[in-house]
Amino acid sequence: MSLERRQFLKIMGTTAAGAGMLGAFRFLEKGEATQILGSGNPNQKWVFLVNTYNCVGCGMCVRACKLENEIPYNAPVSRTWVERYVELNSGKVLADSPMAARDGFTADNPMGKTVNPADITKAFFVPKLCNQCEKPPCVQNCPVGATFSTKEGIVLVDRTWCIGCGYCIMSCPYGVRFFHPVYHVAEKCTWCYHRITKGLKPACVFACPFGARQIGNPQDLNDPVTKTIATQRVAVLKDEYGTKPQVFYLGLDRIVR
Amino acid sequence: MSHVWRPLYVVLGIVAAILIARFFVVPPQFGVWERGYMYGWHNKAAETWWANFRVGYKGREYCKDCHPDNYNKIMASPHKIIECEDCHGPAIGHPDNPPKLEIIKSRLLCLRCHTKLPYPTSLRSQLPGFLNPDEHNPGIECVSCHDPHSPVLGGK
Repeated sequence: MSLERRQFLKIMGTTAAGAGMLGAFRFLEKGEATQILGSGNPNQKWVFLVNTYNCVGCGMCVRACKLENEIPYNAPVSRTWVERYVELNSGKVLADSPMAARDGFTADNPMGKTVNPADITKAFFVPKLCNQCEKPPCVQNCPVGATFSTKEGIVLVDRTWCIGCGYCIMSCPYGVRFFHPVYHVAEKCTWCYHRITKGLKPACVFACPFGARQIGNPQDLNDPVTKTIATQRVAVLKDEYGTKPQVFYLGLDRIVR
Repeated sequence: MSHVWRPLYVVLGIVAAILIARFFVVPPQFGVWERGYMYGWHNKAAETWWANFRVGYKGREYCKDCHPDNYNKIMASPHKIIECEDCHGPAIGHPDNPPKLEIIKSRLLCLRCHTKLPYPTSLRSQLPGFLNPDEHNPGIECVSCHDPHSPVLGGK
């Protein structure tokens, strides 16, 4: 196949025009996006501390979360929940969270069973919420870019853009995401983004009478939460997944899943 | 030769059409920042939307000017650690709409903390409460005797 000079130039011209068009419609590149989106406050990140010793399982946090974030109160879904763990002398572990502990734990009936107090080795409550992972699998998995991390490390969902495929719900190792019963899109805990950006505490932190839930700024070394995480023996959930979760627990136990 | 090039033009046309469609479909605030294409997606419009979500819980400072009696009473009691809105619900819209916040008188509200659960490593076991709440004046609301704003009978 021989190519005439004129034809060759024509093809080159078309290719160049095509490349030019690509340039016109390309996605915002890294630096450009930062410029347009604004860098935010580089000294502001968020980190969460849960003191399981202080949690009494009253469920006020779950109630506050549902009412604050307009999650249908009677739907069996919740952005946050409290789990009860009861380990018996036999080694058997009973764990439950009826209705996400929206109404608290008002009876000693783990998993509906009656337990003799003398049989209990240890028993405690563990509040759970979105870990706002530094490496969020839900963000990585979203096929349409509807979910993203903000500069401060909060993972949000764009309700207008989510197609409801559920990949993120499947990929979250912590089971935090669910379908919103009204909007039919992926829904998740935002650490009350609308509150923390206004200097308020998340609804669950606000509602907890015992200080079991706290939020802080890891960039601020004088922040009491940051100090606790730096100096106390804290643990995270499912570290082995490599998601770098940002919820730190005091008093976590191997039986917590 | 033209029949050889025709498919190329078709492909180029499709690519151009997709790019043009994307120009109109993708919101202008979509982007990616330094963290790259794996975790660095960003959407300023959605971030703003979430930041502007309405705030439901106002905090007890919002309550105190109109309800100084209850405010002062609870602040002097062991119940001062409990926010007003924990039991009364979020104050959003109040006092315009709703003019009155709910007052839950159910025993179950109190039992969220005051059922004694024998869980040794949890603060729950140290709270004042009843192992068998049904044996303590069953069928009567707690508020018949105890003022939730000052719960200890006979003063603090």
